[in-house]
Amino acid sequence: MSTPRVRPPGLDIDELLDDGDTRVVVCCGSGGVGKTTTAAALALRAAERGRRTVVLTIDPARRLAQSLGLRQLGNHPRRVALDDAPGELHAMMLDMRRTFDEMVLAHAGPERAQQILTNPFYQTISTSFSGTQEYMAMEKLAQLATEGGWDLIVVDTPPSRSALDFLDAPQRLSTVLDGKIIRLLSAPARAGGRGIARLVSTGFGLFAKAVSTIVGGQLLADASAFVQAFDSVFGGFRERARATYRLLRSPGTAFVVVAAPEPDALREAAYFVDRLATEQMPLAGLVLNRTHPVLAGLSGAGAQAAADTLTERGDAALAEAVLRLHADRVAVAEREKRLLAGFTTAHPEVPLIGVPALPTDVHDIAGLREIGHRLAGT
Amino acid sequence: MVCDELLVSRVVGDIGWPPGDRPHAANRARRRHAAYAGHVTTPSPGWTDELARARLHVVTGKGGTGKTTAGAALALALAHGGRRVLLIEVEGRQGIAQLFGLPPLPYSEEHVTNVPGGGELRALAVDAEAALLEYLSMFYSLGFAGRTLRRMGAIEFATTLAPGLRDVLLTGKVKECVTRTDARGRHAYDAVVLDAPPTGRVVKFLDVTKAMADLAKVGPIREQSDGVVRLLHSGDTAVHLVALLEELPVRETLEAVEDLDSAELRPGAVLVNRVRPVRLPVAVADGAATGRVETDELMAGLRAAGLTPSPAVVEGLVDETVEHAIRVRSERQAMDQLAGADLPVLELPDRADGIGPGALHELAELLIEQGVR
Repeated sequence: MSTPRVRPPGLDIDELLDDGDTRVVVCCGSGGVGKTTTAAALALRAAERGRRTVVLTIDPARRLAQSLGLRQLGNHPRRVALDDAPGELHAMMLDMRRTFDEMVLAHAGPERAQQILTNPFYQTISTSFSGTQEYMAMEKLAQLATEGGWDLIVVDTPPSRSALDFLDAPQRLSTVLDGKIIRLLSAPARAGGRGIARLVSTGFGLFAKAVSTIVGGQLLADASAFVQAFDSVFGGFRERARATYRLLRSPGTAFVVVAAPEPDALREAAYFVDRLATEQMPLAGLVLNRTHPVLAGLSGAGAQAAADTLTERGDAALAEAVLRLHADRVAVAEREKRLLAGFTTAHPEVPLIGVPALPTDVHDIAGLREIGHRLAGT
Repeated sequence: MVCDELLVSRVVGDIGWPPGDRPHAANRARRRHAAYAGHVTTPSPGWTDELARARLHVVTGKGGTGKTTAGAALALALAHGGRRVLLIEVEGRQGIAQLFGLPPLPYSEEHVTNVPGGGELRALAVDAEAALLEYLSMFYSLGFAGRTLRRMGAIEFATTLAPGLRDVLLTGKVKECVTRTDARGRHAYDAVVLDAPPTGRVVKFLDVTKAMADLAKVGPIREQSDGVVRLLHSGDTAVHLVALLEELPVRETLEAVEDLDSAELRPGAVLVNRVRPVRLPVAVADGAATGRVETDELMAGLRAAGLTPSPAVVEGLVDETVEHAIRVRSERQAMDQLAGADLPVLELPDRADGIGPGALHELAELLIEQGVR
């Protein structure tokens, strides 16, 4: 079966990593496509090509974390021992709770900070709010960018429901914390009477009543106390979120969209590419992980027919098996090409690089180095 | 067939308990091995009687393992024999619509397809906001205020205030679908399949008791959630895990089984997705995994098939063979690890041509062959 040939430009990973103007690389994509491994492999390659690099991982697999020396959550980068690397590799794993605590401490006075940190509602927001991990990943990125003197920061993004969540999380959290709704909710007696409540009709009074029936008065009181205490530090948070957003849009940042040759992953990747364009954020290109290129120049149909001949003869089990597995591989490669063509037809301008699958999982420096070679096409 | 040799060899390794020893585990092991019956010849009890009695099938798995596909195939399989089945998604991804090539699903139970034998599959995309408004409207007349509240983000706020609330609302809607009856007391659906959040979040999602600890101690939602708790912890519910034969998905699967056990939720079957055929005879595979392939024998065989391959083609074929053998070896290890969960294992083959509605029906047939009923 023939596939329409769209020839997208190649993504030159080494050019990206060697460029002194590249300060931040953000790896994003849907869950299960190998973002963390890609981020770690890019960082290792950059370090081995002479840059002082830090990689921020979100939730690395245990053995990969160990190979990077990340046995415990430190929330600060640690150097990874490399032989003969002209640059340096540092790695860290995000501790979202501690990042949030540190942010509160930095923006509130000690007394106010205590009030916030001990409020039960803060426990909920800092651990269970669905955007907190994304928000804190971006906050940590901003810290690394201002503090560490790094040549290059490589960031992995959380395994969100949607790959776009980390762009939206600060905004969503702001909506929750900016206090308007909580003030309405915690003062249901006023709702339906004066002020802003009139604008939203008496329905809001009912809603407030319903919510307090559902979540309970105590939680609402905690939330109200929290929002009041938080009000003073909120400006600092918002300014911080704006600064991160600016950093993401700056020319020193490069987004690398990671996908696997599966329909869902490629669809997410396409959404992401569109979204980055809307936000005017700089896209470096697409990394298509775990491809299965054909290694032998023999058609699938030819291999199939030859294998059938051998089945009839029944005296060449090895060659028959090899021909069949080659035919399988051709079929897989054809599907991957078709899926990719769907993406490249819609986004012909996006540079891309395919990373052939390793037959086993990657969990050591040697494996990451091999992925790095494949990313660079070397 | 060569592939049977390898599958059988996976099986014999851990069957060697003396009779009577560890009877429970042995029982589970027998079920497990029977899951290969699609390839061997014995009839398959891979899907146990307990599972056949379940009315709510929760399907979870690590991100990227294809849980939506596996869940849809399971729903189609359950709809065979003239049954009515509802497939529910709760994450706002419209995965069901995409899979079946339908326009995005509204918040209502929509016809998806008829199934041979007079069965029907319907689908529902539950949206937490709509569920909250629907729920509130049962107790309060919100009128037009609902839309305004939505626009203000008040509903998102309420679910943020109490993150458990979102899950309680979603599972509450699922429970309503499972327990709904018609005028004559007949269940509206014979089975409900829930495309649940991924393994990392699923226990929190299903552990409504814990979520409710944060919420009001009295009131209508409390009563509703008590009903949800009863359903989820009863024999009517089974939580199936979709895995791939790779290290991380296998580890997450095993961790999820432990977490489900400690939350007293019932793990159902492991659905191993994208199983690729094993092509090499066992004797060849072990050597090939360490890089050894008899090139002379291969050349002779290729010539016998009428091919005259260049050295480059032969080298490429050898490389492909070695990669295949390494993959088979690590898949075998993954399968052995999965066996540690002591759950029935069902297999779904990899589809080189991709998944469309036609392929889903074929996957459903394969599940039925492995005992799903």
